Amino acid sequence: MNWRRDIIPPIALITILVVGWYFVAKVSGLSSFILPSPLDAIQAGWETRDQLVNSIGLTLTATGIGILLAITLGVGIAALMDLWPLAHRALYPILVVSQTIQILAIAPILVIWFGFGLTPTVLIVVIFCFFPLAISTADGLTSTRPELIALLHAMGATKRQIWRMVRFPSALPSFFSGLRLAVTYSVVAATIGEWVGGSPGLGLYLLRSKNALATDQVFIAMFITSLLSIILFLLVYSIERLVLPWYYKRRTESWDEIGIY
Amino acid sequence: MTTPRIEFKNVSKSFSGAGQVIPALANVSFKVMPGEFITIIGTSGSGKSTLFNLCVGLLEPDNGEILIDGEQPKKRTGMVGYMPQEDLLLQWRSVLDNVIIPLQIQGIPKREAQQKALKMLPDFGLKKFEHEYPSALSGGMRQRAALLRTWLMGRSTLLLDEPFGALDALTRRELQNWLLRVWHEYGRTVMFITHDVEEAVFLADRVIVLSNQPGEIKSKLRIDLPRPRNQGMIAEPAFYLLVKELLTELGIIHQSTI
Repeated sequence: MNWRRDIIPPIALITILVVGWYFVAKVSGLSSFILPSPLDAIQAGWETRDQLVNSIGLTLTATGIGILLAITLGVGIAALMDLWPLAHRALYPILVVSQTIQILAIAPILVIWFGFGLTPTVLIVVIFCFFPLAISTADGLTSTRPELIALLHAMGATKRQIWRMVRFPSALPSFFSGLRLAVTYSVVAATIGEWVGGSPGLGLYLLRSKNALATDQVFIAMFITSLLSIILFLLVYSIERLVLPWYYKRRTESWDEIGIY
Repeated sequence: MTTPRIEFKNVSKSFSGAGQVIPALANVSFKVMPGEFITIIGTSGSGKSTLFNLCVGLLEPDNGEILIDGEQPKKRTGMVGYMPQEDLLLQWRSVLDNVIIPLQIQGIPKREAQQKALKMLPDFGLKKFEHEYPSALSGGMRQRAALLRTWLMGRSTLLLDEPFGALDALTRRELQNWLLRVWHEYGRTVMFITHDVEEAVFLADRVIVLSNQPGEIKSKLRIDLPRPRNQGMIAEPAFYLLVKELLTELGIIHQSTI
Protein backbone atom coordinates (compact mmCIF):
# COMPACT_ATOMS: atom_id res chain seq x y z
CA MET A 1 0.00 0.00 0.00
CA ASN A 2 1.25 3.44 -0.89
CA TRP A 3 1.04 5.75 2.10
CA ARG A 4 0.63 9.03 0.23
CA ARG A 5 -1.68 7.66 -2.42
CA ASP A 6 -3.87 5.32 -0.40
CA ILE A 7 -3.88 6.53 3.21
CA ILE A 8 -3.85 10.32 3.08
CA PRO A 9 -6.98 10.92 0.92
CA PRO A 10 -9.53 9.06 3.08
CA ILE A 11 -8.07 10.49 6.30
CA ALA A 12 -8.16 14.01 4.88
CA LEU A 13 -11.79 13.59 3.81
CA ILE A 14 -12.82 12.19 7.19
CA THR A 15 -11.11 15.07 8.96
CA ILE A 16 -12.94 17.60 6.79
CA LEU A 17 -16.29 15.90 7.50
CA VAL A 18 -15.70 15.80 11.27
CA VAL A 19 -14.63 19.44 11.39
CA GLY A 20 -17.67 20.36 9.27
CA TRP A 21 -19.91 18.44 11.63
CA TYR A 22 -18.38 20.26 14.60
CA PHE A 23 -19.17 23.66 13.09
CA VAL A 24 -22.69 22.72 12.04
CA ALA A 25 -23.39 21.48 15.58
CA LYS A 26 -21.98 24.70 17.08
CA VAL A 27 -23.45 27.23 14.65
CA SER A 28 -26.93 25.69 14.35
CA GLY A 29 -27.44 26.00 18.09
CA LEU A 30 -29.29 22.67 18.20
CA SER A 31 -29.32 21.13 21.66
CA SER A 32 -26.80 18.36 22.15
CA PHE A 33 -29.41 15.64 22.42
CA ILE A 34 -30.52 16.36 18.84
CA LEU A 35 -27.09 16.95 17.29
CA PRO A 36 -24.13 16.55 19.64
CA SER A 37 -20.78 17.82 18.40
CA PRO A 38 -17.91 15.34 18.02
CA LEU A 39 -16.37 16.75 21.21
CA ASP A 40 -19.62 16.08 23.11
CA ALA A 41 -19.56 12.48 21.88
CA ILE A 42 -15.95 11.96 22.95
CA GLN A 43 -16.64 13.51 26.32
CA ALA A 44 -19.68 11.28 26.85
CA GLY A 45 -17.54 8.29 25.97
CA TRP A 46 -14.88 9.33 28.46
CA GLU A 47 -17.44 9.76 31.24
CA THR A 48 -18.85 6.28 30.68
CA ARG A 49 -15.46 4.71 29.94
CA ASP A 50 -15.72 1.84 32.45
CA GLN A 51 -19.02 0.77 31.00
CA LEU A 52 -17.72 1.25 27.43
CA VAL A 53 -14.54 -0.77 27.88
CA ASN A 54 -16.53 -3.54 29.51
CA SER A 55 -19.05 -3.47 26.64
CA ILE A 56 -16.32 -3.50 23.99
CA GLY A 57 -14.79 -6.55 25.63
CA LEU A 58 -18.08 -8.42 25.68
CA THR A 59 -18.99 -7.50 22.11
CA LEU A 60 -15.56 -8.47 20.82
CA THR A 61 -15.71 -11.79 22.64
CA ALA A 62 -19.07 -12.59 21.07
CA THR A 63 -17.82 -11.41 17.66
CA GLY A 64 -14.62 -13.45 17.86
CA ILE A 65 -16.32 -16.68 18.90
CA GLY A 66 -19.04 -16.03 16.31
CA ILE A 67 -16.54 -15.55 13.47
CA LEU A 68 -14.59 -18.66 14.37
CA LEU A 69 -17.79 -20.71 14.45
CA ALA A 70 -18.95 -19.10 11.19
CA ILE A 71 -15.64 -20.00 9.50
CA THR A 72 -15.95 -23.61 10.67
CA LEU A 73 -19.57 -23.83 9.61
CA GLY A 74 -19.14 -21.91 6.34
CA VAL A 75 -16.07 -23.83 5.18
CA GLY A 76 -17.64 -27.08 6.34
CA ILE A 77 -20.79 -26.44 4.33
CA ALA A 78 -18.73 -25.39 1.31
CA ALA A 79 -16.63 -28.56 1.50
CA LEU A 80 -19.74 -30.71 1.91
CA MET A 81 -21.41 -29.04 -1.08
CA ASP A 82 -18.26 -29.58 -3.10
CA LEU A 83 -17.78 -33.24 -2.22
CA TRP A 84 -21.42 -34.17 -2.56
CA PRO A 85 -23.46 -32.69 -5.43
CA LEU A 86 -26.74 -33.70 -3.79
CA ALA A 87 -25.83 -31.64 -0.73
CA HIS A 88 -25.10 -28.73 -3.05
CA ARG A 89 -28.55 -28.86 -4.60
CA ALA A 90 -30.24 -29.38 -1.23
CA LEU A 91 -28.30 -26.79 0.75
CA TYR A 92 -27.89 -23.86 -1.61
CA PRO A 93 -31.53 -22.68 -1.50
CA ILE A 94 -31.59 -23.13 2.28
CA LEU A 95 -28.48 -20.99 2.56
CA VAL A 96 -30.19 -18.22 0.65
CA VAL A 97 -33.33 -18.56 2.76
CA SER A 98 -31.24 -18.37 5.91
CA GLN A 99 -30.24 -14.85 4.89
CA THR A 100 -33.86 -13.76 4.57
CA ILE A 101 -34.72 -14.73 8.15
CA GLN A 102 -35.98 -11.73 10.04
CA ILE A 103 -33.23 -11.12 12.57
CA LEU A 104 -35.54 -8.95 14.71
CA ALA A 105 -37.75 -11.98 15.20
CA ILE A 106 -35.08 -14.63 15.61
CA ALA A 107 -33.01 -12.69 18.17
CA PRO A 108 -35.65 -12.62 20.95
CA ILE A 109 -36.43 -16.28 20.28
CA LEU A 110 -32.76 -17.14 20.70
CA VAL A 111 -32.82 -15.27 24.02
CA ILE A 112 -35.87 -17.26 25.10
CA TRP A 113 -34.05 -20.49 24.21
CA PHE A 114 -30.58 -19.71 25.49
CA GLY A 115 -31.12 -16.99 28.08
CA PHE A 116 -29.40 -13.61 28.40
CA GLY A 117 -25.69 -13.82 27.80
CA LEU A 118 -23.15 -14.70 25.20
CA THR A 119 -24.88 -17.57 23.39
CA PRO A 120 -27.70 -15.76 21.52
CA THR A 121 -25.33 -12.97 20.44
CA VAL A 122 -22.76 -15.47 19.16
CA LEU A 123 -25.47 -17.29 17.24
CA ILE A 124 -26.61 -14.11 15.54
CA VAL A 125 -23.03 -13.36 14.50
CA VAL A 126 -22.83 -16.87 13.07
CA ILE A 127 -26.11 -16.46 11.17
CA PHE A 128 -24.86 -13.19 9.66
CA CYS A 129 -21.33 -14.33 8.85
CA PHE A 130 -21.41 -17.94 7.70
CA PHE A 131 -23.31 -17.13 4.52
CA PRO A 132 -20.66 -15.05 2.70
CA LEU A 133 -18.05 -17.54 3.88
CA ALA A 134 -19.94 -20.60 2.65
CA ILE A 135 -20.81 -19.06 -0.71
CA SER A 136 -17.38 -17.63 -1.45
CA THR A 137 -15.54 -20.77 -0.36
CA ALA A 138 -17.86 -22.95 -2.43
CA ASP A 139 -17.29 -20.69 -5.44
CA GLY A 140 -13.56 -20.82 -4.82
CA LEU A 141 -13.58 -24.60 -4.76
CA THR A 142 -15.49 -24.83 -8.04
CA SER A 143 -13.17 -22.27 -9.62
CA THR A 144 -10.27 -24.74 -9.68
CA ARG A 145 -9.25 -25.27 -13.29
CA PRO A 146 -10.21 -28.80 -14.37
CA GLU A 147 -7.00 -28.98 -16.42
CA LEU A 148 -4.94 -28.74 -13.22
CA ILE A 149 -6.91 -31.55 -11.63
CA ALA A 150 -6.50 -33.68 -14.77
CA LEU A 151 -2.76 -33.03 -14.85
CA LEU A 152 -2.24 -34.11 -11.25
CA HIS A 153 -4.45 -37.12 -11.79
CA ALA A 154 -2.37 -38.09 -14.83
CA MET A 155 0.74 -37.79 -12.62
CA GLY A 156 -0.78 -40.40 -10.36
CA ALA A 157 -2.02 -38.13 -7.55
CA THR A 158 -4.69 -39.40 -5.18
CA LYS A 159 -7.89 -37.43 -4.56
CA ARG A 160 -6.53 -36.22 -1.26
CA GLN A 161 -3.29 -35.01 -2.85
CA ILE A 162 -5.26 -33.19 -5.54
CA TRP A 163 -7.35 -31.57 -2.83
CA ARG A 164 -4.33 -30.47 -0.85
CA MET A 165 -2.16 -29.31 -3.75
CA VAL A 166 -4.75 -27.73 -6.06
CA ARG A 167 -8.32 -27.44 -4.82
CA PHE A 168 -7.59 -25.94 -1.43
CA PRO A 169 -4.99 -23.34 -2.49
CA SER A 170 -7.04 -22.16 -5.44
CA ALA A 171 -10.05 -21.60 -3.16
CA LEU A 172 -8.09 -19.43 -0.71
CA PRO A 173 -8.47 -16.05 -2.47
CA SER A 174 -12.26 -16.46 -2.59
CA PHE A 175 -12.31 -17.64 0.99
CA PHE A 176 -10.53 -14.48 2.09
CA SER A 177 -12.90 -12.26 0.09
CA GLY A 178 -15.74 -13.91 1.99
CA LEU A 179 -13.96 -13.53 5.30
CA ARG A 180 -13.39 -9.83 4.70
CA LEU A 181 -17.12 -9.38 4.09
CA ALA A 182 -17.99 -11.54 7.09
CA VAL A 183 -15.82 -9.69 9.63
CA THR A 184 -17.14 -6.36 8.37
CA TYR A 185 -20.68 -7.48 9.21
CA SER A 186 -19.73 -9.26 12.39
CA VAL A 187 -19.45 -6.39 14.89
CA VAL A 188 -22.71 -4.84 13.72
CA ALA A 189 -24.33 -8.28 13.92
CA ALA A 190 -23.14 -8.70 17.50
CA THR A 191 -24.50 -5.30 18.55
CA ILE A 192 -27.83 -6.03 16.89
CA GLY A 193 -27.97 -9.29 18.80
CA GLU A 194 -27.21 -7.54 22.07
CA TRP A 195 -29.69 -4.78 21.37
CA VAL A 196 -32.57 -7.07 20.48
CA GLY A 197 -31.73 -9.70 23.07
CA GLY A 198 -30.82 -7.24 25.81
CA SER A 199 -27.46 -8.95 26.38
CA PRO A 200 -24.64 -6.87 27.83
CA GLY A 201 -22.24 -5.35 25.29
CA LEU A 202 -22.06 -2.37 22.94
CA GLY A 203 -25.58 -3.13 21.71
CA LEU A 204 -27.04 -2.82 25.17
CA TYR A 205 -24.99 0.33 25.76
CA LEU A 206 -26.56 1.74 22.59
CA LEU A 207 -30.04 0.70 23.68
CA ARG A 208 -29.69 2.28 27.12
CA SER A 209 -28.20 5.48 25.70
CA LYS A 210 -31.05 5.76 23.23
CA ASN A 211 -33.65 5.22 25.98
CA ALA A 212 -31.97 7.90 28.10
CA LEU A 213 -31.90 10.25 25.08
CA ALA A 214 -28.11 10.38 25.51
CA THR A 215 -27.47 11.05 21.82
CA ASP A 216 -23.79 11.79 22.44
CA GLN A 217 -23.35 8.27 23.85
CA VAL A 218 -25.18 6.79 20.84
CA PHE A 219 -22.69 8.54 18.57
CA ILE A 220 -19.60 7.37 20.43
CA ALA A 221 -20.88 3.77 20.49
CA MET A 222 -21.54 4.01 16.76
CA PHE A 223 -17.97 5.18 16.12
CA ILE A 224 -16.51 2.46 18.24
CA THR A 225 -18.55 -0.15 16.40
CA SER A 226 -17.28 1.15 13.06
CA LEU A 227 -13.73 1.35 14.33
CA LEU A 228 -13.84 -2.26 15.53
CA SER A 229 -15.19 -3.41 12.16
CA ILE A 230 -12.45 -1.55 10.32
CA ILE A 231 -9.75 -2.99 12.58
CA LEU A 232 -11.06 -6.51 11.97
CA PHE A 233 -11.18 -5.86 8.23
CA LEU A 234 -7.57 -4.64 8.21
CA LEU A 235 -6.51 -7.59 10.34
CA VAL A 236 -7.97 -10.06 7.84
CA TYR A 237 -6.47 -8.08 4.96
CA SER A 238 -3.01 -8.27 6.54
CA ILE A 239 -3.31 -11.99 7.17
CA GLU A 240 -4.40 -12.41 3.57
CA ARG A 241 -1.34 -10.61 2.26
CA LEU A 242 0.88 -12.82 4.37
CA VAL A 243 -0.82 -16.04 3.32
CA LEU A 244 -1.26 -15.22 -0.38
CA PRO A 245 1.87 -13.30 -1.41
CA TRP A 246 1.63 -14.76 -4.92
CA TYR A 247 -1.86 -13.35 -5.38
CA TYR A 248 -0.87 -9.78 -4.63
CA LYS A 249 2.42 -10.03 -6.40
CA ARG A 250 0.64 -11.00 -9.56
CA ARG A 251 -1.93 -8.26 -9.31
CA THR A 252 0.38 -5.37 -8.66
CA GLU A 253 3.04 -6.60 -11.01
CA SER A 254 2.75 -5.16 -14.43
CA TRP A 255 0.37 -2.40 -15.34
CA ASP A 256 -0.04 -0.54 -12.08
CA GLU A 257 1.98 2.43 -13.26
CA ILE A 258 0.00 3.09 -16.39
CA GLY A 259 -3.05 3.89 -14.30
CA ILE A 260 -5.57 1.66 -16.04
CA TYR A 261 -6.77 0.19 -12.74
CA MET B 1 13.53 -58.49 -29.15
CA THR B 2 13.23 -55.33 -27.08
CA THR B 3 9.88 -54.52 -25.51
CA PRO B 4 8.25 -51.35 -26.77
CA ARG B 5 7.84 -48.60 -24.20
CA ILE B 6 4.33 -47.99 -25.43
CA GLU B 7 2.22 -50.12 -27.69
CA PHE B 8 -1.28 -49.38 -29.02
CA LYS B 9 -3.19 -52.37 -30.43
CA ASN B 10 -6.27 -51.48 -32.47
CA VAL B 11 -7.30 -48.71 -30.08
CA SER B 12 -10.59 -46.92 -30.77
CA LYS B 13 -12.22 -44.13 -28.85
CA SER B 14 -15.32 -42.09 -29.56
CA PHE B 15 -17.14 -39.39 -27.67
CA SER B 16 -20.85 -38.85 -27.45
CA GLY B 17 -22.16 -35.35 -27.34
CA ALA B 18 -25.22 -33.45 -28.55
CA GLY B 19 -27.00 -36.71 -29.36
CA GLN B 20 -24.39 -38.06 -31.75
CA VAL B 21 -21.34 -40.22 -31.45
CA ILE B 22 -18.15 -38.61 -32.68
CA PRO B 23 -15.31 -41.02 -33.39
CA ALA B 24 -12.00 -39.57 -32.21
CA LEU B 25 -9.61 -42.46 -32.85
CA ALA B 26 -10.20 -45.58 -34.94
CA ASN B 27 -8.04 -48.72 -34.97
CA VAL B 28 -4.84 -47.03 -33.97
CA SER B 29 -1.83 -49.33 -33.66
CA PHE B 30 1.78 -48.36 -33.17
CA LYS B 31 4.86 -49.13 -31.10
CA VAL B 32 7.30 -46.75 -29.48
CA MET B 33 10.70 -48.31 -28.91
CA PRO B 34 13.04 -47.33 -26.03
CA GLY B 35 15.03 -44.18 -26.74
CA GLU B 36 12.95 -43.21 -29.75
CA PHE B 37 11.79 -39.71 -30.50
CA ILE B 38 8.36 -39.90 -32.14
CA THR B 39 6.41 -36.91 -33.37
CA ILE B 40 2.70 -37.09 -34.00
CA ILE B 41 1.18 -34.72 -36.49
CA GLY B 42 -2.33 -34.09 -37.72
CA THR B 43 -4.80 -31.26 -38.10
CA SER B 44 -6.81 -30.15 -35.09
CA GLY B 45 -9.55 -32.64 -34.38
CA SER B 46 -7.45 -35.57 -35.49
CA GLY B 47 -7.44 -37.00 -31.98
CA LYS B 48 -3.82 -36.25 -31.06
CA SER B 49 -4.62 -35.12 -27.55
CA THR B 50 -7.12 -37.97 -27.15
CA LEU B 51 -4.29 -40.35 -27.93
CA PHE B 52 -2.20 -38.86 -25.13
CA ASN B 53 -5.10 -38.78 -22.69
CA LEU B 54 -5.56 -42.50 -23.34
CA CYS B 55 -1.87 -43.10 -22.75
CA VAL B 56 -1.73 -41.33 -19.39
CA GLY B 57 -4.95 -42.90 -18.12
CA LEU B 58 -7.22 -39.87 -18.25
CA LEU B 59 -9.41 -41.78 -20.74
CA GLU B 60 -10.18 -45.45 -21.30
CA PRO B 61 -10.32 -46.91 -24.83
CA ASP B 62 -13.60 -48.26 -26.22
CA ASN B 63 -11.72 -51.07 -27.93
CA GLY B 64 -8.16 -52.29 -28.13
CA GLU B 65 -5.22 -52.54 -25.77
CA ILE B 66 -2.66 -50.08 -24.49
CA LEU B 67 0.57 -51.70 -23.29
CA ILE B 68 3.19 -49.92 -21.25
CA ASP B 69 6.55 -51.68 -21.10
CA GLY B 70 4.85 -54.77 -22.45
CA GLU B 71 2.16 -54.92 -19.81
CA GLN B 72 -1.42 -53.83 -19.57
CA PRO B 73 -1.62 -52.11 -16.17
CA LYS B 74 -4.88 -51.68 -14.28
CA LYS B 75 -4.29 -47.99 -13.87
CA ARG B 76 -2.05 -46.11 -16.27
CA THR B 77 -1.97 -42.83 -14.33
CA GLY B 78 1.51 -41.94 -13.13
CA MET B 79 3.23 -44.44 -15.41
CA VAL B 80 4.42 -42.09 -18.14
CA GLY B 81 5.55 -38.48 -17.97
CA TYR B 82 2.94 -36.11 -19.37
CA MET B 83 3.07 -32.47 -20.31
CA PRO B 84 -0.15 -30.87 -21.55
CA GLN B 85 -0.38 -27.99 -24.04
CA GLU B 86 -0.44 -25.27 -21.41
CA ASP B 87 2.30 -25.07 -18.82
CA LEU B 88 -0.32 -25.35 -16.03
CA LEU B 89 2.11 -24.21 -13.35
CA LEU B 90 0.48 -23.53 -9.99
CA GLN B 91 0.67 -19.79 -9.49
CA TRP B 92 0.83 -20.09 -5.72
CA ARG B 93 3.98 -22.19 -5.81
CA SER B 94 7.49 -21.03 -6.67
CA VAL B 95 9.23 -22.59 -9.67
CA LEU B 96 11.06 -25.00 -7.37
CA ASP B 97 7.90 -26.03 -5.56
CA ASN B 98 6.10 -26.47 -8.88
CA VAL B 99 8.63 -28.83 -10.39
CA ILE B 100 8.70 -31.07 -7.31
CA ILE B 101 4.96 -31.79 -7.52
CA PRO B 102 5.40 -35.23 -9.14
CA LEU B 103 8.00 -36.17 -6.51
CA GLN B 104 5.65 -35.12 -3.72
CA ILE B 105 2.89 -37.18 -5.33
CA GLN B 106 5.24 -40.15 -5.17
CA GLY B 107 5.59 -39.53 -1.46
CA ILE B 108 9.10 -38.08 -1.41
CA PRO B 109 9.50 -35.53 1.43
CA LYS B 110 9.57 -31.92 0.32
CA ARG B 111 13.15 -31.17 1.40
CA GLU B 112 14.54 -34.21 -0.38
CA ALA B 113 12.49 -33.46 -3.51
CA GLN B 114 13.82 -29.90 -3.55
CA GLN B 115 17.42 -31.15 -3.29
CA LYS B 116 16.81 -33.42 -6.25
CA ALA B 117 15.18 -30.67 -8.32
CA LEU B 118 17.87 -28.09 -7.55
CA LYS B 119 20.45 -30.32 -9.23
CA MET B 120 18.40 -30.33 -12.43
CA LEU B 121 17.63 -26.59 -12.59
CA PRO B 122 20.81 -25.54 -14.48
CA ASP B 123 20.23 -28.12 -17.23
CA PHE B 124 16.75 -26.72 -17.71
CA GLY B 125 17.96 -23.11 -17.79
CA LEU B 126 16.14 -22.23 -14.60
CA LYS B 127 19.06 -21.61 -12.28
CA LYS B 128 18.51 -18.61 -9.97
CA PHE B 129 14.80 -18.58 -10.80
CA GLU B 130 13.84 -21.30 -8.33
CA HIS B 131 12.18 -18.91 -5.90
CA GLU B 132 10.25 -16.89 -8.49
CA TYR B 133 6.54 -17.33 -8.97
CA PRO B 134 5.53 -18.52 -12.46
CA SER B 135 3.94 -15.14 -13.19
CA ALA B 136 7.42 -13.61 -13.19
CA LEU B 137 8.75 -15.94 -15.90
CA SER B 138 8.76 -15.63 -19.68
CA GLY B 139 6.77 -18.07 -21.81
CA GLY B 140 9.85 -20.05 -22.74
CA MET B 141 10.97 -20.42 -19.14
CA ARG B 142 7.51 -21.50 -18.06
CA GLN B 143 7.57 -24.24 -20.70
CA ARG B 144 10.98 -25.35 -19.46
CA ALA B 145 9.68 -25.42 -15.88
CA ALA B 146 6.70 -27.50 -17.01
CA LEU B 147 9.07 -29.81 -18.84
CA LEU B 148 11.28 -30.20 -15.77
CA ARG B 149 8.18 -31.04 -13.77
CA THR B 150 7.36 -33.77 -16.31
CA TRP B 151 10.97 -34.89 -16.27
CA LEU B 152 11.05 -35.27 -12.50
CA MET B 153 8.22 -37.78 -12.68
CA GLY B 154 11.19 -40.03 -13.42
CA ARG B 155 9.41 -42.06 -16.07
CA SER B 156 11.32 -43.41 -19.04
CA THR B 157 8.69 -42.20 -21.51
CA LEU B 158 7.63 -38.57 -21.88
CA LEU B 159 4.49 -37.43 -23.70
CA LEU B 160 4.72 -33.80 -24.74
CA ASP B 161 1.56 -32.23 -26.16
CA GLU B 162 2.53 -29.28 -28.35
CA PRO B 163 4.93 -28.01 -25.72
CA PHE B 164 6.25 -25.20 -27.92
CA GLY B 165 2.97 -24.37 -29.64
CA ALA B 166 2.43 -21.06 -27.92
CA LEU B 167 5.99 -19.78 -28.27
CA ASP B 168 7.43 -17.38 -30.80
CA ALA B 169 9.39 -18.87 -33.68
CA LEU B 170 12.84 -18.01 -32.33
CA THR B 171 12.27 -19.24 -28.78
CA ARG B 172 10.77 -22.36 -30.28
CA ARG B 173 13.92 -23.15 -32.24
CA GLU B 174 16.05 -22.55 -29.18
CA LEU B 175 13.93 -24.94 -27.14
CA GLN B 176 13.96 -27.55 -29.91
CA ASN B 177 17.77 -27.60 -29.79
CA TRP B 178 17.72 -27.71 -26.06
CA LEU B 179 15.15 -30.53 -25.94
CA LEU B 180 17.16 -32.66 -28.35
CA ARG B 181 20.25 -32.09 -26.24
CA VAL B 182 18.65 -33.17 -22.93
CA TRP B 183 16.86 -36.05 -24.66
CA HIS B 184 20.21 -37.23 -26.04
CA GLU B 185 22.04 -36.77 -22.72
CA TYR B 186 19.49 -38.50 -20.53
CA GLY B 187 18.29 -41.10 -23.01
CA ARG B 188 14.56 -41.00 -22.50
CA THR B 189 11.79 -41.96 -24.90
CA VAL B 190 9.71 -39.06 -26.24
CA MET B 191 6.33 -38.77 -27.96
CA PHE B 192 5.78 -35.24 -29.15
CA ILE B 193 2.58 -33.81 -30.61
CA THR B 194 2.90 -30.89 -32.99
CA HIS B 195 1.07 -29.36 -35.90
CA ASP B 196 4.20 -27.79 -37.26
CA VAL B 197 5.51 -29.86 -40.18
CA GLU B 198 9.13 -28.63 -39.95
CA GLU B 199 9.18 -29.24 -36.21
CA ALA B 200 7.84 -32.77 -36.71
CA VAL B 201 10.63 -33.60 -39.16
CA PHE B 202 13.41 -31.79 -37.32
CA LEU B 203 12.93 -33.57 -34.01
CA ALA B 204 11.85 -37.06 -34.91
CA ASP B 205 13.14 -40.53 -35.58
CA ARG B 206 9.68 -41.32 -36.86
CA VAL B 207 6.63 -39.22 -37.63
CA ILE B 208 3.14 -40.63 -37.11
CA VAL B 209 0.56 -38.93 -39.32
CA LEU B 210 -3.02 -38.93 -38.08
CA SER B 211 -5.95 -38.36 -40.42
CA ASN B 212 -8.97 -36.32 -39.51
CA GLN B 213 -12.16 -37.60 -37.86
CA PRO B 214 -11.88 -40.34 -37.02
CA GLY B 215 -8.16 -40.16 -36.25
CA GLU B 216 -6.52 -43.05 -38.02
CA ILE B 217 -2.86 -43.61 -38.62
CA LYS B 218 -2.39 -42.54 -42.18
CA SER B 219 1.28 -43.28 -42.38
CA LYS B 220 4.48 -43.59 -40.41
CA LEU B 221 7.41 -41.74 -41.85
CA ARG B 222 11.00 -42.58 -40.92
CA ILE B 223 13.33 -39.59 -40.67
CA ASP B 224 16.84 -40.69 -41.55
CA LEU B 225 18.55 -37.38 -40.97
CA PRO B 226 21.80 -37.76 -39.02
CA ARG B 227 22.02 -36.95 -35.33
CA PRO B 228 22.83 -34.74 -33.56
CA ARG B 229 20.51 -32.47 -35.50
CA ASN B 230 21.24 -28.80 -35.94
CA GLN B 231 19.08 -25.97 -37.19
CA GLY B 232 21.26 -25.67 -40.32
CA MET B 233 19.75 -28.90 -41.58
CA ILE B 234 16.41 -27.27 -42.24
CA ALA B 235 17.94 -25.58 -45.29
CA GLU B 236 19.18 -28.84 -46.81
CA PRO B 237 17.45 -30.70 -49.64
CA ALA B 238 17.12 -33.94 -47.64
CA PHE B 239 15.14 -32.07 -45.01
CA TYR B 240 12.92 -30.38 -47.54
CA LEU B 241 12.11 -33.59 -49.36
CA LEU B 242 10.90 -35.06 -46.07
CA VAL B 243 8.82 -31.95 -45.36
CA LYS B 244 7.30 -32.27 -48.81
CA GLU B 245 6.54 -35.94 -48.29
CA LEU B 246 4.86 -35.12 -44.99
CA LEU B 247 2.81 -32.32 -46.53
CA THR B 248 1.66 -34.77 -49.16
CA GLU B 249 0.67 -37.30 -46.52
CA LEU B 250 -1.30 -34.58 -44.76
CA GLY B 251 -3.14 -33.82 -48.00
CA ILE B 252 -1.82 -30.29 -48.17
CA ILE B 253 0.14 -30.98 -51.37
CA HIS B 254 -2.05 -33.02 -53.69
CA GLN B 255 -0.58 -36.06 -55.37
CA SER B 256 -1.52 -34.88 -58.84
CA THR B 257 0.35 -31.61 -58.57
CA ILE B 258 3.70 -33.26 -57.82
